[in-house]
Amino acid sequence: MDSFLGYRRENGSVGVRNHIAIIPSVFCAAKVAQRIAASVPGAIAFSHPVGCSQVGEDLEITARTLTGIGKNPNFAAVVVVGLGCERFSPGELAEGISCTNKRLETVVIQDAGDSIKAADAGIHYAMGMMQAVSAEKREEFPVSELMIGLNCGGSDMTSGLVANPSLGVASDKLVSQGGSSILSELTELLGTEEILARRACSEEVASDILSAIRSMEERLAGQIQKSSNDKRKNLISTGNFDGGLSSVVEKSLGSMKKSGEEKFVQVFKYADAPTKRGLLLMDSPGHDGEVTTGEVAAGAQIICFPTGRGTPTGFPGVPVVKITGNPRTYERMKENMDINAGKVILGASSIIEMGEEIYAEIIEVASGKLTKAEILGHDEQFCVTRMP
Amino acid sequence: METENYFSDMTRGSSALVLHERDNVGVALSDLKAGDSVTVIEGGGAKYDFTVSEDIAFGHKFALRALPPESRVYKYGEEIGRMSSGVDAGGWIHVHNMYCDRGMK
Repeated sequence: MDSFLGYRRENGSVGVRNHIAIIPSVFCAAKVAQRIAASVPGAIAFSHPVGCSQVGEDLEITARTLTGIGKNPNFAAVVVVGLGCERFSPGELAEGISCTNKRLETVVIQDAGDSIKAADAGIHYAMGMMQAVSAEKREEFPVSELMIGLNCGGSDMTSGLVANPSLGVASDKLVSQGGSSILSELTELLGTEEILARRACSEEVASDILSAIRSMEERLAGQIQKSSNDKRKNLISTGNFDGGLSSVVEKSLGSMKKSGEEKFVQVFKYADAPTKRGLLLMDSPGHDGEVTTGEVAAGAQIICFPTGRGTPTGFPGVPVVKITGNPRTYERMKENMDINAGKVILGASSIIEMGEEIYAEIIEVASGKLTKAEILGHDEQFCVTRMP
Repeated sequence: METENYFSDMTRGSSALVLHERDNVGVALSDLKAGDSVTVIEGGGAKYDFTVSEDIAFGHKFALRALPPESRVYKYGEEIGRMSSGVDAGGWIHVHNMYCDRGMK
């Protein structure tokens, strides 16, 4: 079995990065979290606009997402920052993360006195954590400890034709050795549910796949009915149309190709922790940031991101490997693209060879090689999805 | 594949792909002009020459044979939509003449 160099965590999970996460339980604590992170290089603030004035499943998704980010093994330690009166309490967030046994502290603004005092306390916590975690060394682990999240954005015809099938080869190689790979973007799988269900490991999983994609389609149909603006009714973007994709089903067939040929072992809720290892399907719509945030909350240490037209975005604390199938995009956006799968279109590489190259890059990145998005500080993808 | 000029200049015809034997569309691998003859490569590797009758941008689809209104459009061996109006062999297929009920109404 192949191996990589990662960081051992207290609960047995393995990180591929060694950051400290500063997580506000509510938007009111965002600036304090940012001030803490700004004072301690290597600490990352997860600012977001939610955490209060929410109920039910909407609030539950916020709770699962923020807790999952805190549990992700790429973060060696966590400072939770609360206001004190929010719906999603800092205590609940900290308790959710504490099962990992990682270093964890909580600062509450209304208890500390004011935002300056809260930031001060948080900086002291983060500083002590950084000293401790900076001494940790990478060790060798089997690739079965890796979980990759799949997401494509800024797609054109080369994504479905070249980049996604190549990524599928890499995903199969990881999954066949006991690793995990998460397919999501259900809005971009509409019309392929019967094909996906045939790839389920059991009838139960097949039924979960069918019902997840059908529910997503019903939800979208309901939203479309409520809009009177025709421009708001299409499920694929202007850039997708310009790139030559004419229907959601056409886009979906290309989208599903990044999950390779392995069998699906589980369908799980957005940002939830899957209980099985292997090829997984996460129930989420197709917004790049919402998908990758849910995948990171589920435990993905690396995101693999095909993009035909080229997007520079990254995720804070989690490497995002950018794969373009379009040689022209690679030439123009070389500083944002990690893998040139356009070599397949040029006849310089086969899909299989390109899949091997992507797989090798995943191992390198897991062992510490920085992606271009990391080097350039791109961190746009973190965002918490909401239920209408 | 005959795509050597692709990097430097994607403006003149080189080749196109047909992804599955059931498909009735080809996909342009460079910007094609009406009247351009392209080498179509089938999934299995077979090649044949074909002339497009309209300008086809890189990544866009053209009909491999005349398709009347309501005929099914196949790509990846699966139905991606139906023709809303007819198209001649070699003509451009996109949202102006193709529709798909799913996710688009």
